Amino acid sequence: MADKVLMKGNEAIAEAAIIAGCRHYFGYPITPQTEIAAYMAKRMPKIGGCFLQAESEVAAINMVYGVSSTGHRVMTSSSSPGISLKSEGLSYLAGADLPALVVNVQRGGPGLGGIQPSQSDYYQATKAGGHGDFRMLVLAPASVQEMADLTVKGFELADKYRMTSMILADGTMGQMMEPVSLQYDVKEMPEKKWATTGTNMEREHNIVNSLFLQPDELEKSNIERFERYKYIEENEAMYEEYMMDDAEICIAAFGIASRVAKNAIVEARKKGIKVGMIRPITLWPFPNKPFLKASEKAHTFISVELSMGQMIDDVKLATKCRGEYVLCNRVGGMIPSPEEVLLAIETANKNGGAK
Amino acid sequence: MVVFEKPHALTDVPMHYCPGCTHGIVHRLVAEVIDELGIEGKTIGIAPVGCSVMAYNYFNCDMIEASHGRAPAVATGVKRALPENVVFTYQGDGDLASIGMAETVHAAARNENITVIFINNAIYGMTGGQMAPTSLPGQITQTSPYGRDTNHCGFPVKICEMLSQVDGAEYLERVAVNNVKNVKNAKKAIKKAFENQINGKGFSLVEVISSCPTNWGLTPKKALEWIDEKMIPYYPLGVYKDRSAKEAE
Amino acid sequence: MATKQYLFAGFGGQGILFSGKFLAYKGLTEGKQVSWLPSYGPEMRGGTASCSVILSDSPVGSPIVSKPDVLVAMNLPSLDKYEDAVVSGGVIFLDSSLIERKVKRTDVTVHYIPATKLASENNMPTLANMIIVGKILKEFNEFGEGVNAALSKVISAKHADMLDVNLKALQIGADN
Repeated sequence: MADKVLMKGNEAIAEAAIIAGCRHYFGYPITPQTEIAAYMAKRMPKIGGCFLQAESEVAAINMVYGVSSTGHRVMTSSSSPGISLKSEGLSYLAGADLPALVVNVQRGGPGLGGIQPSQSDYYQATKAGGHGDFRMLVLAPASVQEMADLTVKGFELADKYRMTSMILADGTMGQMMEPVSLQYDVKEMPEKKWATTGTNMEREHNIVNSLFLQPDELEKSNIERFERYKYIEENEAMYEEYMMDDAEICIAAFGIASRVAKNAIVEARKKGIKVGMIRPITLWPFPNKPFLKASEKAHTFISVELSMGQMIDDVKLATKCRGEYVLCNRVGGMIPSPEEVLLAIETANKNGGAK
Repeated sequence: MVVFEKPHALTDVPMHYCPGCTHGIVHRLVAEVIDELGIEGKTIGIAPVGCSVMAYNYFNCDMIEASHGRAPAVATGVKRALPENVVFTYQGDGDLASIGMAETVHAAARNENITVIFINNAIYGMTGGQMAPTSLPGQITQTSPYGRDTNHCGFPVKICEMLSQVDGAEYLERVAVNNVKNVKNAKKAIKKAFENQINGKGFSLVEVISSCPTNWGLTPKKALEWIDEKMIPYYPLGVYKDRSAKEAE
Repeated sequence: MATKQYLFAGFGGQGILFSGKFLAYKGLTEGKQVSWLPSYGPEMRGGTASCSVILSDSPVGSPIVSKPDVLVAMNLPSLDKYEDAVVSGGVIFLDSSLIERKVKRTDVTVHYIPATKLASENNMPTLANMIIVGKILKEFNEFGEGVNAALSKVISAKHADMLDVNLKALQIGADN
């Protein structure tokens, strides 16, 4: 443990990004993620990088678009209302097949909402990041260590697949401190022949673009992109299983909700209840396989969420709706307590999967 | 004997612009400047959303197509990542002066070392002739069918005058391309705006008063006359800011 | 000790987050699993500040302390708010120079420390928090070697001149 340091989740993201080779950060202040900007403002000038406070989230994501066009690693971060503003840029990044890392430290919504933790941007991140048919890699850390690890991983995946990686965290993850080790073997960036770095009069000009006025061309680009997505769905899903071997009740939870659920599972196990958890680490691609497998034994799936029930849809799809489904949730910045989750587990156990 | 040649910085792709539209002239001026400065290999252009959206097909340098109004932000990212390269945006009045106003003003405020070519033709061309932020009082457009009523939808935005109040901006000049003399002046201004960037001087914007015969409902020739009669009186030509020149005085 | 959950609460400016951070660092240097979670946002500006610290031998589940084993209350609103949340058999440390009432619970151990008074008497007005932490360490038999290491981690090099006075504050608390 000697090499571990205590860091806030937001700071861990920032330092991990620097380790991953990110030298450009653009953002606009918003609680509860501002520590990322503050950290970058301090560090970037000292390592020859660029921190720039943009005039808006809209400008920030477009600065990201500009840097990404040149082939450099680049990121922005925000919280829920700011991500809505960035969604235009997210769509353009997807349309132009540009890699980027975007962090959403979620807070309660809709509208201005609140500033306390939330997971209610799940749909936005996994299904509707902006207009048009596109996906983002959505990574959901559940510890400060994972805030850092998934940041490095996020950059690598973004470059590999030429798309946006989104770190979908929440206020708790951003603000809490835990020991973290920042030792990484960062993979070398793939060659980016498509980047606009100047032709140097040695090649045809490169064009970074998302406009296709011919419908057949636009269709083709969409289909090609979705072939890539299909490969990602088959190869990049990440998850953690916790006490799932004999589980008759399966909890689905990510981020802070999974931490709370673990406490409840420990207590339920003491009472002899066979309960476990599948914690998706990638929300897109969603880890369908372990859920489908779990549905062979588990009669009930409890989705623990800080939303009105968003991920539960994906749990149902993954398990082909063949179980019983329970939502255990708090919203608005409230977090379910271990006791609330335990109650849901005990009730599910009593019902035994009966409707 | 002078043989007419196309600048190297322009591709062979036929332009889609309407007959009489002055976009072609301004494209050519930019390309001539790029050729003369020998910077094609290190230039990166940012195309807007609007009639010149497909400018990326017409310039031979590397090109990026930005979302509506965000070209200065995209250019900021590119320039910060590649400070040794030359970065320009090419934007129309809707793009730069309406939806992208914040990006424009803040790029100027930061004295972002980029070159901005701003086409002001007082109308939205691509969407078929709607009122622009620069449409003149009383001007009839598809969305101001009874003439622009300043009581209802306010007054045109004068970008050069406005940005001249921004401390950060280096160089602002308004030119026109409706006659030979003006075209020559326009080229000088565009060249200076690129040279400023190469010399590290900062945010340089050239506003080019242009024509849109199709959406103005005029013949190309009449459209050029309309620039003299209506546009230039409202948008006087000239240098609105030249910090380095002023400091040298 | 399997897992000990601490809740620190008081006014913003009393060093609530700092004392929690010190304890977390101390746990880290001693090889424990730790988490530290502050309250954040406008509620911290002039209002009550709180932070959850968990020290454990096994990985920390939820970092949110809603039923503390140990409550540190540095003002009356904090005691009013959290007294009932403390687990039965838990421990409450409170600043008796700022909180005049007694703890109502009878199933918890209470330590009344006139921390703010001691701090001003000893010319360290901002360190009432660390005086209480000193008392905690003493009561839990944890005033060991980790103290110096943790202090040097939680106090940045820029403020290294504050090390000694912090150590002294801890000692005053321990001796009280």
